Amino acid sequence: MALSESLVLGLYRSMVRIRLFELKVQEVYRSGVMPGFIHLYVGEEAVAAGVCESLSQYDYVTSTHRGHGHAIAKGIPMGPAFAEIWGKPNGCNGGRGGSMHIYDPAFGFLGTNGIVGASVPLGAGAALAAQVKGSKQVAVSFFGDGAVNNCAFHEGVNLAAIWNLPVVFVCENNLYATETPFAKVTRNTDVASRGAAYGIPGTSVDGNDVIAVYQAAGQAIDVARSGGGPTLIECRTYRPLGHFEGDPGIGYRTKEEIAEWKKRDPINVLRERILADRLATAEILDGIWSDVEVEVEAAYQYAKSGPDADPSSVMDFVYSD
Amino acid sequence: MREIKYVDAGVEAIQEEMRRDPSVIYMGQGIGPREGNYKQSRGLWKEFGEHRVRDTPISELGQVGLGVGAAMAGARPIVDIVFLDMIMEAMGQVVEQAATIHYISNGQIKVPIVIRAAMGTVRSTGPHHSRCFYSWFAHIPGLKVVLPASPEDVKGFMKTAIRDDGPVMFIEHKFFYNKKGPVPEGEYTIPFGKARVLRPGSDVTLVAMSLMVGKAIEAAEILSKEGVEVEVIDPRTIVPLDRETILASVKKTGRLVIADEAQAFCGFSAEIAAIVSEQALEFLNAPIQRVCALHTPHPFNGVLEAAMLPSVAGVVEAVRKSIRG
Repeated sequence: MALSESLVLGLYRSMVRIRLFELKVQEVYRSGVMPGFIHLYVGEEAVAAGVCESLSQYDYVTSTHRGHGHAIAKGIPMGPAFAEIWGKPNGCNGGRGGSMHIYDPAFGFLGTNGIVGASVPLGAGAALAAQVKGSKQVAVSFFGDGAVNNCAFHEGVNLAAIWNLPVVFVCENNLYATETPFAKVTRNTDVASRGAAYGIPGTSVDGNDVIAVYQAAGQAIDVARSGGGPTLIECRTYRPLGHFEGDPGIGYRTKEEIAEWKKRDPINVLRERILADRLATAEILDGIWSDVEVEVEAAYQYAKSGPDADPSSVMDFVYSD
Repeated sequence: MREIKYVDAGVEAIQEEMRRDPSVIYMGQGIGPREGNYKQSRGLWKEFGEHRVRDTPISELGQVGLGVGAAMAGARPIVDIVFLDMIMEAMGQVVEQAATIHYISNGQIKVPIVIRAAMGTVRSTGPHHSRCFYSWFAHIPGLKVVLPASPEDVKGFMKTAIRDDGPVMFIEHKFFYNKKGPVPEGEYTIPFGKARVLRPGSDVTLVAMSLMVGKAIEAAEILSKEGVEVEVIDPRTIVPLDRETILASVKKTGRLVIADEAQAFCGFSAEIAAIVSEQALEFLNAPIQRVCALHTPHPFNGVLEAAMLPSVAGVVEAVRKSIRG
């Protein structure tokens, strides 16, 4: 497949936006002003960027506890996303959710989620609504390796398979569920092979190669949109940081392993390919980086300027009437 | 007025709503060509087809999870769990997702799902087909909880539940399914949060729901012959709860008995007692009495089952105790 300049630069920008957003969130969190638990998406950017490139604003995404990248890649503006993670009323859902409960229906974003596995049936359900409406929308359900031994994965994928729902299941296999190695709790570590158990295609790609993710996801999204049913895509990637902000991320894995994966940083992998194939110049790539720095700083200022909540709003929205 | 079965009143409500609104879908185990364990989906698959009436595998978590996702994306799913006991397999989807999303999304995402299931004991239905978990759902902010005790209520409340923009637990009683009762012709809805005074009385307020409504009426008739006039109130929906009707009755009678097929401890009966203690204590002339299931799982043996469940005789005795003060 011939890669266009606009495609590779779009993917590059998408990954850089996630990376710099996350590094700013990390900085603010470490300064002590940001409450709650956060799980950063650094190192896994190729998955969210590569998948969401083929989605429209009206397609659906369900996400995980490590979901800032999905939110940004799906199009939620950085300012309201940053403010949400900060718990501010100017967040995209009023600061009522925070990092693990980011929602924005205007962008089809049906939530990051504090419950591992929950994104699977919810994503399939959004696809069910699309099928019933005949709307041609597609849903993408992101989840980690930690979700695939959970009942929610099994039941959600099976129901999507029997009903031929327009959904793509994207497993971000980063090899560890918190600190537990996937191989230690799973005899068949080939997640893609599980597609066969449900009678749907399963494919495994290098999750640090955004082009590979883009191609596999784009094809699966096309199949789903044209009525061909669900696909399971396993993206093999890695979390160079700890599980949550504050976890040093070592002790349960070796420094050598982390260093090895850092050599395959998804942004660098794409940058090297762009330069090697002469798809764009270093100046252009550096320019994207500078643009995004400005965007992230503005998002931070937006979030920082948000007032705190009005306590009289605490009972709002418990019920829908 | 015409009389139809409790189960058929539910079918009629769903049929009318599915004709009215193409976003209403119905999913559950065996509700397609088989038409449900209790014929609670009779004719629906034939009329609406498998696109809107979907047989599921035995996947309670998946059914509810997909129902919630579909509701978030613009459908109005009815998810049939058949036996309320099995909802335990899907509790995370009910509590963490369905009940929570509207609030946490700052009111931006509505979750109009009806989760339908039948509770209660019929005869030796045993520990996995008898439970009355309804107060658990009432404890969770965001869920509405409906317990219809008549065919008329089934139809009117089911239509209200389907049109509601939030999650509704629609909890029927297995014992009622084949019982007939008057149901108005044509379309009607019943608003949530309005208790019904089934029998006026001046001496004791008796609050009962679902199967216990019939037992409460029976008890009231026995007591009437003794010269004790019992006011029987069916709250009909626990969330929202019509506190006013219960409080007004207690202020009139000065006595309160609560009959509940579920266990007493931390249950619905405890909540009613707490509300009356907080808001009408000075009107009470006697301690509040509760007639509930014993704190055991449901035994299969008929003698043990009868010993465990609240009875008409138990309600009569509790009212007499209340009168004695």
